[in-house]
Amino acid sequence: MRPVFRLLSDELIERIVSEARDILCNLGMEIHNDGVLSMLSDHGASVDSRTLHVSFTPDMIDKALETAPDSVKLFDVMGRQTHDLTNHNVYFTPGSAAINILDPASGEIRKPLTADYVEYAKLVSRLDNIASQSTAFIPSDVHERISDSYRLFLSLMYCSKPVVTGAFTIDAFNVMKDLQLAVRGSAVALREKPLTIFSCCPTAPLKWSDVTSANLVDCAENFIPVEYISMPLSGFMAPVTLVGSLVQHTAETLSGVVLSQLTQPGTPIIYGGSPAAFDMRYETTPMGAVETQMIDCAFNEIGKYLNLPTQAYIALSDAKKLDAQAGLETSMGATLAALAGINSISGPGMLDFESCQSLEKLVVDNEICGMTLRLTKGIEPKEDFPAMPIFEELLKEKHLLIANHTRKYLRDEHYFPGRVIDRANSSRWKEEGSLTIGDRAKSEIARLLGDYEPTGLSDDVLEEMTGLMRAEAAKFGMNSLPHEDL
Amino acid sequence: MELLDRISENLQNGFDETVVQLTEDAVEKQIPPEEILSDGLIVGMNIVGEKFKNHDIFLPDVLLAARAMNGAMEILKPLLIKEGIPVRGKVVIGSVKDDLHDIGKNLVAILLKGAGFEVIDLGNDVPAEKFISAAKEENAHVIGMSALLTTTMPVMKKVVDLAKDEGLFGKVKIIVGGAPVSKEYALEIGADAYSYDGANAVETVESFFPANSR
Repeated sequence: MRPVFRLLSDELIERIVSEARDILCNLGMEIHNDGVLSMLSDHGASVDSRTLHVSFTPDMIDKALETAPDSVKLFDVMGRQTHDLTNHNVYFTPGSAAINILDPASGEIRKPLTADYVEYAKLVSRLDNIASQSTAFIPSDVHERISDSYRLFLSLMYCSKPVVTGAFTIDAFNVMKDLQLAVRGSAVALREKPLTIFSCCPTAPLKWSDVTSANLVDCAENFIPVEYISMPLSGFMAPVTLVGSLVQHTAETLSGVVLSQLTQPGTPIIYGGSPAAFDMRYETTPMGAVETQMIDCAFNEIGKYLNLPTQAYIALSDAKKLDAQAGLETSMGATLAALAGINSISGPGMLDFESCQSLEKLVVDNEICGMTLRLTKGIEPKEDFPAMPIFEELLKEKHLLIANHTRKYLRDEHYFPGRVIDRANSSRWKEEGSLTIGDRAKSEIARLLGDYEPTGLSDDVLEEMTGLMRAEAAKFGMNSLPHEDL
Repeated sequence: MELLDRISENLQNGFDETVVQLTEDAVEKQIPPEEILSDGLIVGMNIVGEKFKNHDIFLPDVLLAARAMNGAMEILKPLLIKEGIPVRGKVVIGSVKDDLHDIGKNLVAILLKGAGFEVIDLGNDVPAEKFISAAKEENAHVIGMSALLTTTMPVMKKVVDLAKDEGLFGKVKIIVGGAPVSKEYALEIGADAYSYDGANAVETVESFFPANSR
């Protein structure tokens, strides 16, 4: 049995969805994009051009939910399927997009550079339990207007896994699409084998900005999967109760579903989010708070109820270094998320309220993900009945270390974490240098980077992508790209 | 030599029957038994040890290789003795008096045997005098003791003291292990070494013997 964790009854889900629909059809959404406003108006929504408020129609919402696909598949740069975001399948992706990284040598929080990003992409390629990359942090050594596309470019150059990303401007979408076309070869091939997910964030409460609504439309027109990242802040920019925050999340996310499906019926979408409980003492948005994680799991249940693939920012921490808080918050989030069946779980590597990535934490989190994935496989009998023969063997042989049953099921039944997890007895641990988890993470990073292998993309494709990125950089006065000097 | 490489490879894969067959073939082809042991079996076992250390393979794989080693040693041992070549080393092993725990000791015994050592297993609840008399009778090179209870640990010291009294100290190496035992304790009682687990015990016992001796 696949273990599943639930917080909401179907009855409560129906009530939340119904209240959210009422909000969309009465209070409406505020949308700062003329094209989107006229599209909605064309489909029967009432638009107030002065306040930019749109009241949706029930019919519009019903149709959008009908045309939205119930699964999103992703493929790596070589065209191999890596994801089927549907049902209770779960996949982990690093948290994004941080403005800082935790410097591995000094332990200081600092601005990331291209060299850090390349190291990150190479590392993710070697982490078995992290299924996709995300454009996890923003290199500070390029012009800010290319910092979004340049991240995607580096990711595609150095790691074959699909990419969770997003554009910071309307214009950046074009080059970010062209980079994907360079990998896939054609628009049809890209549509058939999606390579990226674009995060599009409504603004709390109940708004879409010009940039995000334009990105959303651009993605839909090109069949590029989108994940909506609604961010209600309980008690601040959303009702303090978890149910109230869920109503807001549902309204904002449903509005996104309508925008995408009106633009292009059938375009792939993911019911995602990054809600947070607002901490009234520190004026912060704790991602490690249990209430944040409860809202995440619960909106995922609503997404499943609507037959949509889901995503959430949940397996991450607000700690400032790789400490016990980092481990406990990330583990709790990852465990709940996996049991709830959130399809794309964002978070690994992330510290400090989604603002700081750490490669050390990423390799530790890779093990949290591995243990969690094992948990989702549950407990199933495997040649265990009748039980007598194996016990007869045990009594006869005195141990089962080399029994056929042991050899057959050892690696399936038991997840063996890498060396960052300490399982040595204390004498051995001392003998091997009394290493901390940080020490072990550092040496694991060195080992994994030592085994790095290029993606397999042809030189032609790499050159085409480099040409696209150079041209984009030149628009903002950059004559060379920092990665070429590495 | 190709045949010895095949012995090494099959041993690494734990194919005991094939290893036994190939060892017989090698004997038939007049390859000296000490060469079969050192250039075939021990080469393979060293690779197994290395892979185990790197977590590429796990305990069951090591034990299967050890079983193959034991099978081959059954054939080689009489030949080695006949030619007057000493076996790789003889270890007398047991859990100390009043200690009925023997899982850890058994694992160490299996691994030592698998590494080509001759192991005399005295079982559990072994009095200090028994370790000494067995070591003498068997001309053992090593005494290995295990304890899982703090209350039984003093037997280890008694064995070390007896070994000194009987003139064995220096000739027979004494190695100790078990959950409550530590490196510090081993030093304190005058034992030669402490090991924290089975694979480490094999490495430690191997370190007692100069590279080329068996």
